[in-house]
Amino acid sequence: MTPLRLTRFTAVSAVGCGLGATLASLEEQRSGLAPCAFETVDVETHVGEVPGVDSIVLPRALQSFNCRNNRLAQLGLMQDGFSEAVAASVAHWGPKRVGVFLGTSTSGILETELAYRSRVPATGALPKDFNYAATHNSFSVADFVSQALHLEGPAAVVCTACSSSAKVFASAQRMISAGLIDAAVVGGVDSLCLTTLYGFHSLQLTSRVPCRPFDVARDGISIGEAAAFVLLERPPAHLDDDAIMLLGTGESSDAYHMSSPHPEGRGARASIQQALAAAELAPGDIDYINLHGTATVSNDSAEDLAVTAVFGTHTACSSTKGATGHALGAAGALEAVICALAIQQDLMPGGLRTTKVDPKLTLHYLCENHRATVRRALSNSFGFGGANCSLIFGRAA
Amino acid sequence: MPAMIPLAAHIEGIGVLGPGFADWVSAAAILSQAAPYVPAATVLPPPLALPPAERRRTGPVVKLALAVGFEATTRAGIERSTLATVFSSSGGDGFNCHEICQVLASSDRQLSPTRFHNSVHNVAAGYWSIAAGATAAANVLCAYDASFGAGLLEALTQVAVERTPVLLLAYDTQYPEPLNGKRSISDAFGVALVLVPNARAGTLAKLTAMLTDSGAERMSEPRLESMRVSIPAARSLPLLSKLARRESGRVTLDYLRHVRLALEVEPCR
Repeated sequence: MTPLRLTRFTAVSAVGCGLGATLASLEEQRSGLAPCAFETVDVETHVGEVPGVDSIVLPRALQSFNCRNNRLAQLGLMQDGFSEAVAASVAHWGPKRVGVFLGTSTSGILETELAYRSRVPATGALPKDFNYAATHNSFSVADFVSQALHLEGPAAVVCTACSSSAKVFASAQRMISAGLIDAAVVGGVDSLCLTTLYGFHSLQLTSRVPCRPFDVARDGISIGEAAAFVLLERPPAHLDDDAIMLLGTGESSDAYHMSSPHPEGRGARASIQQALAAAELAPGDIDYINLHGTATVSNDSAEDLAVTAVFGTHTACSSTKGATGHALGAAGALEAVICALAIQQDLMPGGLRTTKVDPKLTLHYLCENHRATVRRALSNSFGFGGANCSLIFGRAA
Repeated sequence: MPAMIPLAAHIEGIGVLGPGFADWVSAAAILSQAAPYVPAATVLPPPLALPPAERRRTGPVVKLALAVGFEATTRAGIERSTLATVFSSSGGDGFNCHEICQVLASSDRQLSPTRFHNSVHNVAAGYWSIAAGATAAANVLCAYDASFGAGLLEALTQVAVERTPVLLLAYDTQYPEPLNGKRSISDAFGVALVLVPNARAGTLAKLTAMLTDSGAERMSEPRLESMRVSIPAARSLPLLSKLARRESGRVTLDYLRHVRLALEVEPCR
């Protein structure tokens, strides 16, 4: 595929608001996980909650979109000059030539959960001020971002659970390749809610302690939340050598089970191989892999088999979910931004919370930060329903 | 501005299920005015392609998507296991969502694991991949009322850019009260199109898409127009009518606030 430029990128997660704070946390190996004190949730687990989300005020004209997920999106748009960079892109290409493709798993469902506690006693109706379309519906976040940034191009939300905001890169890339648009705001926004906290708990997939990806004692995920955005553009004729590029995308389906990965990582392996083929790269060209690494027993063992089948056991890998938690539908975009930082800073972030790597897992797992040239990085995202996506990022030269 | 790749694809097979529409053949007869429209609630068949254990867990969304997906691929005579898919729906399983929200608003918040995994927007894609043994890419979109247009545009760009066959499935189901009071969908409606890059012997029609500012075409039959506006997946009806009547020419479908989808249709047989 023709590489695209990441003109601007930003992220808000439990480890920081914006790139500066995110990088500082990664450098200091600081985790954002803490015992769950979200809303009225009584699940014994740790979460990666973003502080201050509920004090964010949406633009006056977009008040109908007010919900935690869109407040988190707004917080993301305010970081690192992201909105200004999009405005410049719109001025350059025109509003109809800039699309928006975002991933989420639960959007603003928290509003509906809260509305069900306040049903009108006589009729059972939901409260008058509850707005399904602008909050709960999955498309809400793309509609909000598109209006906040004055975009008029194609728009959609991708909902493939935990790979949602990785797959948006592939959708945007195809639209740009087809010449329908010249630039796209891609990313993911997913926020804490009761459905996911109680839901993953019901599947016995949440850990009581902070998640330990690839650890011999790993026993489940820590749920996080994040907003991560990337402005993807058709590259200009002359690129700076240090520009970060999207080089390849790969997508596959496990066709195995709704909530468990294929035990041999069949689909994961296919998506990695497709991303390498699209980027016209060999496994040896990848310097760092940001794993999906959720810290469930089954994900990490399946991913280990997939990664080692393609790369062998020497390529440096880590999961940053011990720092950020699993941001679910925002994880793909958050980890794409972490890959972009890894390339920019020549920093391979060590996986936090992992003390003894499972001896049965043979990929080269980094528990400490490692400073080395990162020319190209691969990011894996795998979702419920067996929806896999792998992305490759790299320096322009 | 860079050269645009023509956003073109050939339709090899169609599946439809909706109120008064039992399948594509019956829908085509109605849409071409060979048969009268007789309103009737949508009947969702059991998903027989799934193993019994999985079948028991499926809700209306999965039944609807699998029914139209199997109809379209059977008509096209295309191998399902290697076929890429694009699923698009304006929302998830409303009944399942209602049950979850009720439990979470109660004093005992223990969710059923099956309810939780059925709550993901890509539940139909997950079950399709299992039922069809489909290991290719599956994308799953939501664009509220623009979901059919968003799905079709995604599918057409995949066909045009990747030069690969794609199965598009667009579907919506109703919400129970009290959600219905906030989001009303009149009945279940699903449509599936097998879209391929090159014409073959069985090709029904060629589609070429472009974005436009023009308004969306309406259905002249009032009950069909009411279906079009009250179910997002039924925004496809003007296209299905053109295909049913084997007419050539342009049809404009509803999409986003600022942009609609214009389709040039050329029947092939």
